[in-house]
Amino acid sequence: MRYLPHTDSEIREMLATAGAKSIGDLFRSIPKSCRFEGSLNLPKALSEQELLDHLKNLSSKNKTGSISFLGAGAYRHFVPSAVANLVARSEFITPYTPYQPEISQGTLQTVFEYQTMICALFGMDIANASHYDGATATAEAALLAAKQTRRNKIAVSDAVHPEYRETIETILNPSGIKLAPVAHDADGCISKQSLKDICDSECAGLVAGYPNFFGVVDDLSYLADAIHKAGGLMITTTPEPLSLGLIEAPGAFGADIACAEGQSFGCGLNFGGPYLGIFTVKEKYLRMMPGRVVGETTDADGKRGYVLTFATREQHIRREKATSNICSNEALCAASAAIYLALLGKAGLTKLAELNYAKAEYLKNKIKGSSLKIKFSGPTFNEFIIDAGKPADDVLTGLQKQNIYGGVALGRWYPQYKNCILACVTELNSREEIDKFANALCL
Amino acid sequence: MEFPDDIKYTKEHEWVRVEGKTAIVGITDYAQDQLGDIVYVELPDVGEILSKGDAFGVVESVKSVSDVNSPVSGKVTETNDPLKENPETVNEDPYNEGWIVKLEMSDKADIDDLMSAKEYEAYVTEEKA
Amino acid sequence: MFIEEGTLFEQSSPGRTGYSLPACDVPKPDPLPANICRKVKAELPELSEADVVRHFVRLSTYNYNKDAGFYPLGSCTMKYNPKSADAAAVMEGFAKSHPYQPGETVSGNFQLMKELENYLSEISGLDAVTLQPAAGAHGELTGMLVVRAYHLDKHKNPRKKVIIPDSAHGTNPASVAICGYEAVEVKSNSDGILTPEAVKAIMDEDVAAIMITNPNTLGIFEPNIKEIADIVHSKGGLVYMDGANLNALMGIARPGDFGVDVMHFNLHKTFATPHGGGGPGSGPVGVKKILTEYLPNSICHPRPPKAEGSHLWTLDSSAVADGNDALSKSIGRVKAFYGNFSVLVRAYAYIREMGGDGLKKASELAVLNAAYIKSKLIKCYNLPYSTDALHECVFSDKVQNEFGIKTLDIAKRLMDYGMHPPTIYFPLIVHGAIMIEPTETENKAACDQFCEAMIKIAEECRTNPEIVKKAPTKTFRRRLDEVKAVKDPRLKIARACG
Repeated sequence: MRYLPHTDSEIREMLATAGAKSIGDLFRSIPKSCRFEGSLNLPKALSEQELLDHLKNLSSKNKTGSISFLGAGAYRHFVPSAVANLVARSEFITPYTPYQPEISQGTLQTVFEYQTMICALFGMDIANASHYDGATATAEAALLAAKQTRRNKIAVSDAVHPEYRETIETILNPSGIKLAPVAHDADGCISKQSLKDICDSECAGLVAGYPNFFGVVDDLSYLADAIHKAGGLMITTTPEPLSLGLIEAPGAFGADIACAEGQSFGCGLNFGGPYLGIFTVKEKYLRMMPGRVVGETTDADGKRGYVLTFATREQHIRREKATSNICSNEALCAASAAIYLALLGKAGLTKLAELNYAKAEYLKNKIKGSSLKIKFSGPTFNEFIIDAGKPADDVLTGLQKQNIYGGVALGRWYPQYKNCILACVTELNSREEIDKFANALCL
Repeated sequence: MEFPDDIKYTKEHEWVRVEGKTAIVGITDYAQDQLGDIVYVELPDVGEILSKGDAFGVVESVKSVSDVNSPVSGKVTETNDPLKENPETVNEDPYNEGWIVKLEMSDKADIDDLMSAKEYEAYVTEEKA
Repeated sequence: MFIEEGTLFEQSSPGRTGYSLPACDVPKPDPLPANICRKVKAELPELSEADVVRHFVRLSTYNYNKDAGFYPLGSCTMKYNPKSADAAAVMEGFAKSHPYQPGETVSGNFQLMKELENYLSEISGLDAVTLQPAAGAHGELTGMLVVRAYHLDKHKNPRKKVIIPDSAHGTNPASVAICGYEAVEVKSNSDGILTPEAVKAIMDEDVAAIMITNPNTLGIFEPNIKEIADIVHSKGGLVYMDGANLNALMGIARPGDFGVDVMHFNLHKTFATPHGGGGPGSGPVGVKKILTEYLPNSICHPRPPKAEGSHLWTLDSSAVADGNDALSKSIGRVKAFYGNFSVLVRAYAYIREMGGDGLKKASELAVLNAAYIKSKLIKCYNLPYSTDALHECVFSDKVQNEFGIKTLDIAKRLMDYGMHPPTIYFPLIVHGAIMIEPTETENKAACDQFCEAMIKIAEECRTNPEIVKKAPTKTFRRRLDEVKAVKDPRLKIARACG
């Protein structure tokens, strides 16, 4: 077995040194009653060649070549070759958490630069070193708001990604924190009336999608005002942060905590994970913040260096009183994002965002000129809701026969919108693809 | 290591100095030494009512955290706010400038079961071994 | 040789880019409404592709890593990460599939996930597995939510407390706290193990579960585990196992057979997926049949189609849509989508390449390496618990304290010998702990080199303690000022953010 280096003679020698007669002897501390006497019923071992053949076969059962307009929290973006090349380096992919800073400066500086670029993008003071994904980051934000305000209700827009809402509910449930849904209006934005009804002095915070699950971009300023007046925290969650190349930074709009799914930044699709939970806060919440954070300092020679810092918030020190139980995060995905954003740069980010917006608007205009409707009138970035006028599932099945993944049917989460499709257009969709999709859809 | 005679000690390594109705509370020289460089002190709100044994604050070094418990019952009348900016004062002068809170005691008998300097020194010596 | 590298921002020049954008082939759209438009562009650095690549390659050289050498972090199981698994993870069919693709177009993914669930069930002796949790601590949270849901369902009462040994990982008490439980500590005895008496003394009907790491964080198999499980079960409680140390037990003992009801796996430990400098991990949770219905909702549980002879796998999501009662007991979703899929692919590849016998052999050799190192170091370092340990051994700095040397110094000095230090100051029950887990992928020569370095350092502590206290000196950076990092916090580059 190529991962097991021991020769028989070495095993004998090592056993002798360890004072054991046999390998079995080393396990004598396990009582007989706890032993597994059989052999594991697993498929027989494969050679590397057989393994890769098998996996090639398995992976080719998936169909990935179709024209796709899928988004809804997982975005198709071009990943520059340099990103994949760099994060595949052993130096980045095989180390543990950088608890020993003297020999981990590569990871530490990368995360520090990630924190810097994320703060710049979101207009926030502090970014942590990452969470599991956008959904769990948002749940942690809601938990922070509840702890900070000592309130046990959290207003959550019903236009926040449904899987994020489910995650928040699962994680907040044992603490007795109730989710209060805030309705949306015909433009797809948060309903002002509903906001008024829900955001009261019991409310720890408001969680708003930005853009939301319908792709619609709310004006956050009036939302932030409303929740701040009620004494709660404004929390934004951004499934597609490329949008921030064009739309206002959440921090500039008064967000106290801004979360996001960073998958768009060089992580690829990977069937839903690993993705990148982005978590940013205003400075006054630093000590309440969950997760690791990297800070700059100096070494014994006075040279600039980086360390994991403010660790007393974390589980390995504060145990049951920690700000979160998180330990492993998504450091390698944060590295992907740092590299991706560094490649794009200041102008590139805006241009790529403009390209996504232009292509999505092109499709939107085609649909507007057809018998179909755009469901919500609010402004959108690179995805929006199409009202197909008939059951979305049937429409999507029809499209699939033409090799088009036409988006996600909304009825799964919003029974009232069973005719609606969430479609996403990115830089990967050519004009021909969009035309083909529009034609197929509007026939 | 210092163990001043004019104060009382707890097993959790707090000290209390009684001046009239007021109890001044801090952490001991031994406690600050165990923690190492103190980088953060969390203070309670003035007016907070504490029962004997309540955790009212936190003292942190880089890699450890210690709750500070009230050795007596009473109301917080003053906190040592300069510690927010200069937490290292607790390391440098734990028994004087490094005090943490002042309380208006509700029961003076609370200090009766606390340790004397001699008892505390013996307790610490035992703990170290 | 290390090349000093500044920050990305120090190298930025206005007008440069490292990204080539395709030409826009659609008309220019109407702009977004002014009230939501970004006013000031985000201050990202401006660099060419070569600048960016050189920057991160230089940074990478500052990282010690598993592929470069010995990495004996106890409890972390830093074993070699197979390259075939990395190759599998980037196969187009896996890497480019979208989580909302129609089920029948991703049947390869579902088949892989279902088979991986089955393999983990077989290895653990448990009945069902969810792959959704993204890391070990996330698995703990998921598992404890399952425990809570079970008590609520069966007893209409979640119960109040969870028993956790004093040697446990910090994530254990932190995870139960999120689930609304009070962590109650049970002390290990002088042999470093839990006694049935100690558990019995605090076990009552307010206790929802005991959370045990087995082998425990001293590397010792809890010999009373079955009796302890019986005590907990007799009061209606459940047994949770932290699976961080499963690498000692594959094919040798199965948690499901020794009384465990629910456990998490760390695929990034036991199943050789890379740690990524802190993540991503993956923390599947396995349960006994009585807990299956509480697992995260069915979306993570692909089922083969009912139609005979079909080769496609699809989701069993119809049951959710129908409001099936059995599924309404689920704790719900713990993250978006299915789990850290490309980590699952790697773990699957590892298990298929090892086979059952290979996994057993891996556990055997992991234990052999630890036993070998322990026997070589015992003459120089204090071994606070002499009980037989399995895949790791825990020493302390007691002998070296006499010369004014602490565990931290020993750890730093090891870097000068070109090795990553062991886990230090954990478990908390050992003062100045040095926790060594070599893993099975290290050969005898590597173990020998490590022992020689440790023995030399023990010698230096006596003869030249200053060199140990000043270490490391051969690394890219020397000891960093962690006090300054907190007192004068700089958590981003100031210039970039204004």
